[in-house]
Amino acid sequence: MRNAVGREIPDELLNTGYEGYKGKFYRDGTIFQKQSPRVRRYGKPQESKVCQSIREACQQCGAHDGMTVSFHSDFRNGDYVASMVMKVLVEDMGLTDLTVAATSLGNAQDLIADYIAQGKVIGIQTSGVRGRIGEVISQGKLKTPAIIRSHGGRPRAIECGEVHIDITFLAAASADPLGNAKGTGGKHNCGSLGFAVLDAKYADHVVIVTDTLVEFPNLPAAIDCMDVDCVCVVDEVGDPAKIATKEARVTKNPRELMMAEAVADVIAATPYFKDGFSFQTGVGGPSLAVNRFLEKHMTDKNIKMGFALGGMSSVICQMQDKGLVEKLLDAQDFDAVAIEHLAQHSDRHHEISVSAYANPANKGAYVNYLDYAVLGALEIDTHFNVNVTTGSDGVLRGAPGGHPDAAAGSKCCIIVTPLIRNRIATVCQDVVTVTTPGDCVDVLVTDYGIAVNPQRQDLEDCLDKAGIAHVDIKTLQEKAYQILGTPDDLKWGDKVVAIQEARDGTVLDVVRQVISI
Amino acid sequence: MIPRPKPKKFRLRRTMMFMNAQKPKLIRDAYIYGCDSIILDLEDAVAENQKDAARFSLYHALKNIDYGDTEVIVRINGLDTPHWQEDIRCVVAGGADGLRIAKCESADDVRQVEAHVLAAEREFGVEEGRTLLMAALESPKGIMNAYDIVTASPRMFGCAISGGDFRKSMHVQIVRGGIEMLTARGLVLLAARAAGVQCFDTMYPFIDDTEGFEAEVRQNREMGFDGKSIVNPRQIRYVHETFAPTEKEIAYAEKLIRSFNEQANQGVGVYTVDGKMVDIPFFEDAHRVLALAKACDVYRGDL
Amino acid sequence: MEIKKYAVAGTAESCDVQVSVEPSSAGLSVQVKSRVMNRYGRQIKITVLETLNRLGVTSGCITVNDQGALDFTIKARVECVVFRSIDASEKDIPWGGIVQ
Repeated sequence: MRNAVGREIPDELLNTGYEGYKGKFYRDGTIFQKQSPRVRRYGKPQESKVCQSIREACQQCGAHDGMTVSFHSDFRNGDYVASMVMKVLVEDMGLTDLTVAATSLGNAQDLIADYIAQGKVIGIQTSGVRGRIGEVISQGKLKTPAIIRSHGGRPRAIECGEVHIDITFLAAASADPLGNAKGTGGKHNCGSLGFAVLDAKYADHVVIVTDTLVEFPNLPAAIDCMDVDCVCVVDEVGDPAKIATKEARVTKNPRELMMAEAVADVIAATPYFKDGFSFQTGVGGPSLAVNRFLEKHMTDKNIKMGFALGGMSSVICQMQDKGLVEKLLDAQDFDAVAIEHLAQHSDRHHEISVSAYANPANKGAYVNYLDYAVLGALEIDTHFNVNVTTGSDGVLRGAPGGHPDAAAGSKCCIIVTPLIRNRIATVCQDVVTVTTPGDCVDVLVTDYGIAVNPQRQDLEDCLDKAGIAHVDIKTLQEKAYQILGTPDDLKWGDKVVAIQEARDGTVLDVVRQVISI
Repeated sequence: MIPRPKPKKFRLRRTMMFMNAQKPKLIRDAYIYGCDSIILDLEDAVAENQKDAARFSLYHALKNIDYGDTEVIVRINGLDTPHWQEDIRCVVAGGADGLRIAKCESADDVRQVEAHVLAAEREFGVEEGRTLLMAALESPKGIMNAYDIVTASPRMFGCAISGGDFRKSMHVQIVRGGIEMLTARGLVLLAARAAGVQCFDTMYPFIDDTEGFEAEVRQNREMGFDGKSIVNPRQIRYVHETFAPTEKEIAYAEKLIRSFNEQANQGVGVYTVDGKMVDIPFFEDAHRVLALAKACDVYRGDL
Repeated sequence: MEIKKYAVAGTAESCDVQVSVEPSSAGLSVQVKSRVMNRYGRQIKITVLETLNRLGVTSGCITVNDQGALDFTIKARVECVVFRSIDASEKDIPWGGIVQ
């Protein structure tokens, strides 16, 4: 059947209980039963949960063939833990038919691509599919279709039992011998553990992996010892150079600066730009530059940001220190300045879980209160659907992240992207994969012009009033094809290699095996 | 093939941005940054053994890229190289708006280039006289000969100082305040104004030194330059803002023009405005200011 | 035109294409590799063949290594490399003629 974004959902999926996407608030107001983990009691007095090795912890937690394990990505590209644990499970213990349900996967977990190719890992559930993992899945080497979810979709799926985690392995910067674990206080800090905390509550078994054992009690802790089975101490949880940069750099690229300024002008022209407004933050491309240009508008109009939501960096922390931002709601930290800031200013810089941030199935995630989301895109089509999952070549290489969540929740969602990248049309006729549906996207800002979604006549009027020129998105797409030449259609095999879930668990799109020329 | 409009000798040239003709990634949409003129470079930016490849790239770039309202000039190799004749054939056949003659030292240089340009226009069926010229003055001799150079051809729309080579031959370093270039700038400006053509200052090489750059741009404006060479799109905005007439200047120009219209109707030729004696040259200048304001898109009045 | 010797033009930079030619007695062979193969591979080959045809090249071994070059850049590189292969790339190019 064709879903609400016009994508064909195969019967084989519908037969397993999946529904096709029906619109952004389709499941709003429905009732469901939350699931809970099957846990072991530890009633006797104990001094320490520290295991001699990761393998010992796995055995203690009943690791077995066919189980589902989970990892979090708060250590980003610098994470060692996921690879370390997978190596033990597959190579040391000889386990097979494993499903990996991570918050995101990328180059740091390249090893898993080999295990997929060897048939040891048969299931992947994740937001990110970057690097070799994406390539290998696109080649059809994963036994079951990968399930790709947004940051908000994952906690939803875990809470209602669609994903059942046997063992979660949670990397922590510091932990005490009984399992109170934090993202700070260690040799290698990541700051917020927003991605980790849910798994600690819902997995049957919880293993903390740290490189810094501290004295009990390691409080206040993001992960509570009462939820922890085992603690493993390793030499290093991650590569410091890749966990976080020293200080996130604002782009100097003149094209990105040009677009960032246009985005700030668009924001300033909308009615939500008033004292106490809220803003989704990130570090990609022009995002930080947008903050800088926004500062000027804020000073001109003498208004403050009520809260910044999402991924923190030095730029937004400094804005807060200057008195321009009231609160920072932090799901992850991108640089050392932000990590330090989180530790120092708990009165105004708060760590939140990814579920609180973006889950569409709880009683109101923070994205629902968001005014502005400024996001990127690998592709965006003339219906304003956005693709951040697959490249223009059809290969899995991106990550929805919080994109669909912030887009759905915000009052004004702005996509900022260059019209063309190399010989790829970012603005195209139909995206390869729908990651964020067009009904959640309001404005597109490119280096060749601005387009407003026709469903937002109110925003069109705002731009007209402010003297900001805009065009039909079709004009932009035609310009892209005129410069690059019209691309050939991709050729697909039959096999479904990945399912792109919408944040509410319905199916937005499927990714098939791409046939390469 | 994108047909280009006929080149205009007098137009806004506040920013002239250099681009390496051999870099496809940069030239395919460089006009997007909104500079007034683009200078595609066949000279210093291109390695000696790639001059041939750069020409092929240039020819196709001229024929296939839509530059909109941006002017396209090509900097050809110097007359002391074996490349400049083929450069001219390529540029004229490709339909560029004009040529920048590097290291121009004498009126003869201009006449030589002009002769080849005319021959190329005839060879390739381009309207005779269409291709404009500008001179880059990079040596003491070139600067001393500025007036002869800019009057050597009706195609000549202006001249630019090129600081890098010039400073070397003068045995000076770049200094804050620009005194090492002061006389050269003055001479070139005088020559250009006497000849009724435009004058452009050299590029500021330190991209990250915003303060120094902006100070030089302000000085350029105060000295009377029409524009400046730039090497990075980040430099465009400040130059455009600085070279546009200020609100104060526009208001004064409007006042002059309105009062002139009134007084002329009563048969008066010289009178005072705001306590200052004004006559015909003031009004001509006022018209120039308003025209410039309109071209820079900063005029909101109704004259 | 006839390819007389090995020649190469273009670079491996983003948005450029490197084209090399070698004489061949076995007719025309064109090998294309591209980072946008799935979308423009077919178009790239057509552009190369059209350009070679216009230049009157009927034999040679042509290798194209593309980094996302637009059609006109591909044409420019193919033309340059063919003229280089006969040592005639520096002067008297037939602009607007077989080069267009």
